[in-house]
Amino acid sequence: MLEITESPIDRAKVDAAVDHPGAGAIVTFLGVTRNNFDGRPVTGLSYEAYPEMATSEMAKIVAEVQQRWPGAQVAVVHRIGELVVGEVSVVISTSAPHRDEAYQASRFAIDALKARVPIWKKEHYADGAADWKANQT
Amino acid sequence: MHEVQVRYFAALKEQRGCSEETVAIRPGETAQQLYERLFPAINGQRLTVMFAINQHYAQPETQVCTGDEVAFIPPLGGG
Repeated sequence: MLEITESPIDRAKVDAAVDHPGAGAIVTFLGVTRNNFDGRPVTGLSYEAYPEMATSEMAKIVAEVQQRWPGAQVAVVHRIGELVVGEVSVVISTSAPHRDEAYQASRFAIDALKARVPIWKKEHYADGAADWKANQT
Repeated sequence: MHEVQVRYFAALKEQRGCSEETVAIRPGETAQQLYERLFPAINGQRLTVMFAINQHYAQPETQVCTGDEVAFIPPLGGG
């Protein structure tokens, strides 16, 4: 399951996509819209994607996870459009035979997503200003 | 005509005022050269971008070819 969506994300569906009888652990990562940037009040975020390429880059990350952690499965759903504070922007569910691989693969997947998947974020501030924000690299 | 389809996102889309357009390319033009031609430096500064050709990341010095889909990838903000 790899998706870019304008709708709120159903977390349970993303978990279900990686749940299988051989899974001993499922780690769910949620990216959530924070109410401030370094103390400056934030009211919401806009996300934009290069959808075709975002999906194909996500597929590459999943393939890398499966190579590095045999038996692991990853599902990724990223929301785009307008989000208010507290809403979930991304869900990454990772299953693996054991919890150690599930945690490691989950961390790898979100870090790789932030570095490589073509998605952009604009922060909207309470004072009316807005900025495109880059991930830390 | 030797043309490519160029897609713009985020700050570059706002700057250019459209999300994509067909652009004539020069012989041997690279992705970086195309970017610098379409986005002249402002006060000596230009956003540092990555490049994608046909929806795969490409090196800045890759030559663009007729029919390519070229995208300039501003600093990412996903997650």
